[in-house]
Amino acid sequence: MIDKILLVSLTLFVISIAIALFRIIKGPSMPDRAVALDMIGVNLISMIAIISIVLKTKAFLEAILILGILAFISTIAISRYIERGAIIEHKSDN
Amino acid sequence: MKINDVILRTISRIVVFIILTFGVYLFLSGHNTPGGGFIGGLVLASAIILLYLSTDLETVQKSLPLDFKYVAALGVFLATSTGFGSIIFGVPFMSQTFAYFDLPIFGVTELTTVTIFEAGVALTVVGVLVTIIFSISEDGG
Repeated sequence: MIDKILLVSLTLFVISIAIALFRIIKGPSMPDRAVALDMIGVNLISMIAIISIVLKTKAFLEAILILGILAFISTIAISRYIERGAIIEHKSDN
Repeated sequence: MKINDVILRTISRIVVFIILTFGVYLFLSGHNTPGGGFIGGLVLASAIILLYLSTDLETVQKSLPLDFKYVAALGVFLATSTGFGSIIFGVPFMSQTFAYFDLPIFGVTELTTVTIFEAGVALTVVGVLVTIIFSISEDGG
C-alpha cells in the first residue's frame, strides 16, 4: 500500500517538474523563470526524500542538503541579476 | 536606487556558518561515505560565494583578505608534495598509508595521509571556483 502511494507521489512530482519546465521555457518574464527554477529545486529535494524512503537507505541525505544549499544560492544569484544587473557588487551604496 | 535587502543579510549571516559546518563534515567524512576533498571544497566555495552575494566585494575583502589564486596554488603544492613525500620513504609516488590512533575525545580513530592530499584538493577547488565566479560576475566598477 505505502509503496503504491510513494510511486503515485513520485509521478505527481514528475508532472509538477514538467509544468515548471514549461514555465521556464515559455515564461513571459524573468521572475517567472526564477520562481520556476526554485520550484524545480524543491521538487527535486522532495523526490530524493521519497526515493530514499522507497529504497530504505540513508545515503541520499547529503545530496538533499547540497541541493537545498545550491537551490538557495542560485535563486539569490538569479534574483540579484534580475534586480541589479550585476551579481557581485564592487561596493554597495548603503 | 537603494535596495532594502535586510532579510538576505540577516539570513545569510546564519546560513554561512551552517554551510561551512556542512562543508567541513563532507570533507572529513572521506572515503567510506559520500564526501571527500572535492565535494567539501565545492560546499566551502559556495559558502564564500554566498558571503560575496549577500554583501559586496570590499566588505568581504576587508574581513577575508585572501587572494584566491594563491589559495589554489597552495592547494596544488600541498597535494603534490604529499605525493613526493612517499618517495622519501622508498615507496612509489602517491602511495598512501594509514594507522589507528587512540585520541582523547574521538576514541580509536583512523588517520590517513589521504586527508592531507584531500586538504590540498579542497583548497584548490575553493580557490579556482571563487576565482571563476568572481571573474565572470564582476560588474566592472
